[in-house]
Amino acid sequence: MDFLRPSTWDEALAAKAAHPDAVPIAGGTDVMVELNFDRRRPPALLDLTRVAPLTEWGTDGDLLRVGAGVSYRRIIEELGSRLPGLAMASRTVGSPQIRNRGTVGGNLGSASPAGDAHPPLLAAGALVELASVRGVRRVPVDGFFRGPKRSVLEPDELIAGFLVRPGGAQQFAKVGTRNAMVIAVCSFALSLSLETRSVGTGIGSAAPTPLRATEAEEFLSRELDWEARGPVPPSVAQRFGELVAAAASPIDDVRGTAAYRSHALSVLARRTLAWAWKGFREVGP
Amino acid sequence: MRLNCTVNGEARQADDVWAGESLLYVLRERLGLPGSKNACEQGECGSCTVYMDGTPVCACLVAAGQAEGRDVVTVEGIADGPVQQAFLAAGAVQCGFCTPGLVVAVHDLLARDSAPTDPEIREALAGNLCRCTGYEKILDAVRLAVQR
Ligand SMILES: Cc1cc2nc3c(=O)[nH]c(=O)nc-3n(C[C@H](O)[C@H](O)[C@H](O)COP(=O)(O)OP(=O)(O)OC[C@H]3O[C@@H](n4cnc5c(N)ncnc54)[C@H](O)[C@@H]3O)c2cc1C
Ligand code: FES
Ligand code: FES
Repeated sequence: MDFLRPSTWDEALAAKAAHPDAVPIAGGTDVMVELNFDRRRPPALLDLTRVAPLTEWGTDGDLLRVGAGVSYRRIIEELGSRLPGLAMASRTVGSPQIRNRGTVGGNLGSASPAGDAHPPLLAAGALVELASVRGVRRVPVDGFFRGPKRSVLEPDELIAGFLVRPGGAQQFAKVGTRNAMVIAVCSFALSLSLETRSVGTGIGSAAPTPLRATEAEEFLSRELDWEARGPVPPSVAQRFGELVAAAASPIDDVRGTAAYRSHALSVLARRTLAWAWKGFREVGP
Repeated sequence: MRLNCTVNGEARQADDVWAGESLLYVLRERLGLPGSKNACEQGECGSCTVYMDGTPVCACLVAAGQAEGRDVVTVEGIADGPVQQAFLAAGAVQCGFCTPGLVVAVHDLLARDSAPTDPEIREALAGNLCRCTGYEKILDAVRLAVQR
């Protein structure tokens, strides 16, 4: 096995083009488990931890651009107020040791239906930036996932980072057996924008891929009293929960049954809606 | 491949390192530092916790080559500190397998926060499993280390 160690982004892209079967490694919290248990024996590892731009974040027009290699710990500490939904999700990832190393780019790379960064990125309408020696493309995150652990990433491409519009009210909630170190039974993220009067959603662990609940989004953006920010009628919250649950296609597995997941999703949807709307009513836009 | 890094303040070199092996394997099997324990190799137990460039990480999840040129501190590098003494005094060690990882995690916690609350202690140690003590004595040990 080769160990490729690019120190610049151009070197990394050239290495990936020359060795399309090399496995990128960032925090290693998914890759190393597979290597340690002999589930994977790639011809080469492509270490991305020396590529400085991947660990940077900044603004890009009116968007926030975050490098693929920014760790969960740094998302929480440095971007907690700009990306509250993603920061909430990041706090639930693994343990301090895992959050010190694990990255959002790695979460996207693994493309697990249970990846905790995915629901908030979906809710926020994030773009994933993919790059290769052929060029750069930005893919809406809801078009990024292709199946369980599959994405549109081409063999010669690397994930450069993601872009989101900061602001609005964001919430994330996850059902699991305890707080630390659990894979979500199901999870839900909500994003409300007063400015555009729009609703974003993201569902985790309840379908072959993370996904949005588009009908629920359209319903809620029609029904919310954006003007006066009046209370959400219980019937609206109820229907929103039902539409979120209806968007998922959960299965029975060791972590929970499909029926439980559907029920839990509707509860999480109502709860996150109550929290997010309350935030608006109290502090304003 | 050859690996160069600083371990506990000393420049160290390991030869014939396989690209897919972990930093934990290098420390234990190539550099004669068996303090960091191997209990799960999947990031779940924290018994392999070491500092890399000042940040606590699971050594089992760091590819050896990723440690090239980095500064690693293992439990051996912080031996005989107040944290170990507090673990002994509080009876927080039974089989001892989890202890090295906990010592590093507590060392880091106290470096960041000299007066952590109980919830903060629990959060900081959420990635370290102990099969013996039931954690109460470990919490006692941390509180004792805080006092000292
Ligand atoms: C104990 C433990 C607990 C965990 N808990 C959670 C949890 O609660 N929630 C959760 O979502 N996940 C959890 N995980 C999984 C893991 O930590 C996350 O998926 C994390 O985001 C992976 O990031 P990484 O940087 O470590 O990725 P790596 O392991 O380095 O890489 C993961 C995948 O992404 C690819 N990749 C990485 N970076 C790039 C890039 N820039 N371009 C292209 N491909 C890339 C790699 O080739 C690989 O396929 C846990 C893991 C462990 C070991
Ligand atoms: S051996 Fe590394 S976390 Fe368990
Ligand atoms: S003392 Fe035995 S695992 Fe903690």
